[in-house]
Amino acid sequence: MIVFIARRLVISFFVLLAATFIIFVLTALSGDPLEDLRQDNSPNKANKIADRTERMELDVPIPVRYLGWLGRIVRGELGVNRDGQDVAPLLGHALSATLQLVLAATVLAIVVGIVVGIVSALRQYSGFDYSVTFAAFVCFSLPIFWIAVMLKQYMAIEFNNWLKDPGIPPTVIGVLTLLGGLIFGALTVGDRKRRLLAFLAGAAISGALFTLLSVTRWFADPGFGLPLVLAISLAAAVGFTVLSAGLRQRGPLYAALAAALIGAVASQVLAPMLVDPTWLEIIGLALVTVVVCVGLGYGLGGFQRRQAITASVLTGLFTGAVIFLDHMLQAFASYSKVVRGRPISTIGARTPNFAGDFWQLNLDSAGHLLLPSMALILVSLATYTRYSRASMLEVMNQDYVRTARAKGLPERTVVVKHAFRNGLIPVTTLMAFDFAGVIGGAVVTENVFGWQGMGNLFIKGLREVDPAPVMAFFIVTGTAIVVFNMIADILYAYLDPRIRLS
Amino acid sequence: MTLNAQATEPGTPSDSQGMAIVARTQSQMVRRRFFRHRAALVGMIMFGFVIVLAFSSIGFAGIPGWWDKTYLDTGPLTNQGKPTLSLIPEFLGGTGIHLGEHPFGQDDIGIDYFALTMRGAQQSIIIAFVVGIVATLTGAVVGALAGYFRGRLEAVLMRLTDVMITIPVLVIAAVVGRMMGDSGALVLGVFLGLVTWPTLGRLVRGEFLSLREKEFVEAARAIGTRPSRIIFRHILPNTIGVIIVSATLGIASAVLLESALSFLGLGIQAPDTSLGQLISRYRSAMVVRPWLFWWPGMFIIMIALSINFIGDGLRDAFDPRQTRVRA
Repeated sequence: MIVFIARRLVISFFVLLAATFIIFVLTALSGDPLEDLRQDNSPNKANKIADRTERMELDVPIPVRYLGWLGRIVRGELGVNRDGQDVAPLLGHALSATLQLVLAATVLAIVVGIVVGIVSALRQYSGFDYSVTFAAFVCFSLPIFWIAVMLKQYMAIEFNNWLKDPGIPPTVIGVLTLLGGLIFGALTVGDRKRRLLAFLAGAAISGALFTLLSVTRWFADPGFGLPLVLAISLAAAVGFTVLSAGLRQRGPLYAALAAALIGAVASQVLAPMLVDPTWLEIIGLALVTVVVCVGLGYGLGGFQRRQAITASVLTGLFTGAVIFLDHMLQAFASYSKVVRGRPISTIGARTPNFAGDFWQLNLDSAGHLLLPSMALILVSLATYTRYSRASMLEVMNQDYVRTARAKGLPERTVVVKHAFRNGLIPVTTLMAFDFAGVIGGAVVTENVFGWQGMGNLFIKGLREVDPAPVMAFFIVTGTAIVVFNMIADILYAYLDPRIRLS
Repeated sequence: MTLNAQATEPGTPSDSQGMAIVARTQSQMVRRRFFRHRAALVGMIMFGFVIVLAFSSIGFAGIPGWWDKTYLDTGPLTNQGKPTLSLIPEFLGGTGIHLGEHPFGQDDIGIDYFALTMRGAQQSIIIAFVVGIVATLTGAVVGALAGYFRGRLEAVLMRLTDVMITIPVLVIAAVVGRMMGDSGALVLGVFLGLVTWPTLGRLVRGEFLSLREKEFVEAARAIGTRPSRIIFRHILPNTIGVIIVSATLGIASAVLLESALSFLGLGIQAPDTSLGQLISRYRSAMVVRPWLFWWPGMFIIMIALSINFIGDGLRDAFDPRQTRVRA
């Protein structure tokens, strides 16, 4: 294994080196770096040209310039751009902005994509499956910039206008009701009567929900409040128990329910602390939650200790997330007032000169992250859905799944323990590729949303025929791709013992 | 595609009980499965429609089309450049089905937007196909050589592929677009093809690695067949499924790649136009003159979606494990 990693590292190093040479030469050849100065009419034009020529070493052949750049890199310098700014701090800012954007989008795409993919595999050839497949194809074919401009128009400008008087018109409620019913109906298997019942139930639930939200003007001052937090957490507790242990044994269920209850109570007890916390405190609380939940699962789990621990930890963290969301939503009204009723923003990463407490600051970043993330997610989401669907279908046809069913195991155990884990192996590799790709691929999204990230650094450098920022960008993305590819290979060998690294 | 003809007994006596199994060649089976794939059929029809519309309307390469306006001539702005296309018949309260003077409206200097969009669609289709052909040829040749000859040649070619894969497609494409954007769709397509072949190269190499160990290749080698003949006549036809499917999907992503480049201002340069460039130019016009934004977007989606559907149909058709024909 170590020999394999070492060999891969050495090869990757040389591959990366060759790639830097290609990019450097191509960038340097891609245009005239003095173009803007040649059209300059100021008296010191000649001076400026001489200045830049010296700074960018334009009088030296390109390969020699590359060697100079390489020498500086070895010494740990990224060089200066054509205006003489040091590239390193520029890269630092850009990287942190892009990571913020990409991390949130990727995590969301992975979770939602895998869940949707698996459900559509388990319900193969159902209405849901066809709709998901079609939606995935549309997502593959959408130009990201086009959808980004649409999002700006409909999700930001019109949504913000709507927030002034957030009542949902009856026709929209009707459409949403129909949609809810269709989703429920398409997810149900069985004869026509059962599906019709599911359709009616889904329609009734969503219709009632949206009417209530509209009548109470919920969107003007959103929030859950304790009863709703408790209800959501308890439902989640049951859900996680069903997934991890089933309801046959009581132990895991009690552990998960206790985790939800304790979480809800803790949110009240800790209320003073949650008025204006720091991220450190939030992380601390999450750790405490995990410890308490492991204890609960261990104590109450009985025979199914391990499953009980899984269920209670998931429930505990989920409850924590709901409480967090609740606090964010409660800060919404005051935040909305500060930004003059336009909470969804279309430009940049934060409102300039904005000051507020922890929740308002988070809302501010969330409002700025929302649209670019949505634009970024669409394609990744489709990829994850397709992949996990295909791999789940493949696994469900394997002999060991048939064996598991033949043994008389409940379908839940077959799906969760025998199929799900093996079905995820190929998806793990995809995650590694995708994350590395997205860092470089956010170029277009950043451009539309005026996000000062890596993509912007690259495009600006390329327009100005300035190799230093372009190379800084490439060193990060190229290294990410190489490293993530290696992680993917190692993970694959670890998860699937049939694969041997050599 | 006359390969792997399924062994049939010539002159099988006609079967009196009607139980005869009709023998089909591989290509016949593929064609059958493809034409039963409904989405792929719809995709084919849609794509054919777009191609015919784009190339016949404003004409191509000097040959005039049936539309009387060009994508370069300005005209007087009528009715603030609003589209005159109407699809609602009169008995439903509309103004009847007709194209009107400017079906897609006019842009801000009075150029007919239908002609502009058609020109953009032409460019997208040309670039996509050129990219597809160049990338497929390069990828197939590199993969075939690396997979068949192994040894040092493979090492060199695969390291080259690694280098290309390390560079994100959009990045190398942007650099290429910056260099080649103003030399026209054809040149841009060729160069984009030269940087997007590695995925296919790897796939073909994988196929070759397993096929070169098969008995029929051994047999061919034993009777002294030249390597070039083994590669092109014996092995390559067996990888045709992988290549065709990958090429189709590559064409679909090339459409999006080109439009993204043009959107960033790194693709086709003015006065020539492309769909991405049109969207980029009129992205702020979304509110006041939405048609300037909608039409090019719809055409990109139509082209990419239909090619994706065709690719999906081909994948199912070529997949030997596919026994059940999908709806």
